[in-house]
Amino acid sequence: MIIYGTALLALCHLMGIFLGDLLGSLIGVKANVGGVGIAMLLLIFLRMQLEARNLLPKPTESGVIFWAAMYIPVVIAMAAQQNVVAALRGGPVAVLAAIATVIICFFTISLINRMEVPGAADPFAVEPEVTP
Amino acid sequence: MMEIFDKAIRANGLIAAFACVGFTVWISGILSKRLTFGRIQGSAIAILIGLGLAYWGGVVTGGQKGLADISLFAGIGLMGGSMMRDFAIVATAFEVQPHEAKKAGLIGVIALLLGTVLPFIAGAAIAWSFGYTDVVSMTTIGAGAVTYIVGPVTGAAIGASSDVMALSIATGLIKAIIVMVSTPVLAKFLRLKTPRSAMVFGGLAGTVSGVTAGLAATDRRLVPYGALVATFHTGLGCLLGPSVLYLATKALMG
Repeated sequence: MIIYGTALLALCHLMGIFLGDLLGSLIGVKANVGGVGIAMLLLIFLRMQLEARNLLPKPTESGVIFWAAMYIPVVIAMAAQQNVVAALRGGPVAVLAAIATVIICFFTISLINRMEVPGAADPFAVEPEVTP
Repeated sequence: MMEIFDKAIRANGLIAAFACVGFTVWISGILSKRLTFGRIQGSAIAILIGLGLAYWGGVVTGGQKGLADISLFAGIGLMGGSMMRDFAIVATAFEVQPHEAKKAGLIGVIALLLGTVLPFIAGAAIAWSFGYTDVVSMTTIGAGAVTYIVGPVTGAAIGASSDVMALSIATGLIKAIIVMVSTPVLAKFLRLKTPRSAMVFGGLAGTVSGVTAGLAATDRRLVPYGALVATFHTGLGCLLGPSVLYLATKALMG
């Protein structure tokens, strides 16, 4: 039943929000602390448990997967109700913050990837590759 | 006639929102294919259109909720509100394969942590240098530099104002677009050749849309490896943003 999946998702969502609020009040922040993240970890954990017990048939899965697929549309709707007029008064902050972030991250990626030992355990190696 | 049509939409706001967003996604797909030859993902264009419509709504009504302030589009407010948003984000965790994730190993975790902390520092520092010196604004814009989901989730949790939230989404969105466009160009510099390198990239470059679009344009075989790590990005950011990173910023800035 599709509703089982959606109900499972709802349960994780509510538990996560509850635990996030609880954590917030425990550390003295008047806010939800990581509730969405906790809900995600709960869902990953419950999925592993249910799969191991063979309790996750396709219809149940699709009750969650539908909502996962709705994530981009929901984000679009979210974007459409932001206070963009006010944001644009901030002007170059967003652009500069984004550029600074990408530059720092790309240099770090390049640095880490340069440390990789070449040829070690490369699954692509099975296919003949033309080296540039 | 128009009156009846108008009434039908007003009485079914959420349903009208589904139709509107679907139409936007369709238009964006066409624009993505025709104008950018698939280099900029349709979803990124759709989000840009959404922000554009929010700007239009803000100018027309003078309100703070963008397009949702126009009564005909009030359903957008429900569809993109915090309840639906968090529900859909939690659902994406279902697509993470735990056993595949374990293979990503230590380097994936390190890349993920760096990919959360470094953008946060960069974003918060730029925000501070532009006069957003309060802890909530710095944290929200810094979180937006992680991904455009982490920004608003963090902002909502710590009570940021709507304009700072919009700024943080804009930061994440611009970052995603830069990643999408520049990854194929900079693939050699980034040493994007192996699954491991793609996982490092997925952890550090952040947004799923930016990573998958960027890798697809570089080497299609790299996509799942990058996406696997990148799917953890939003979850980790949502966990750390309103908690550890917020508190660290608060401790630093007083």
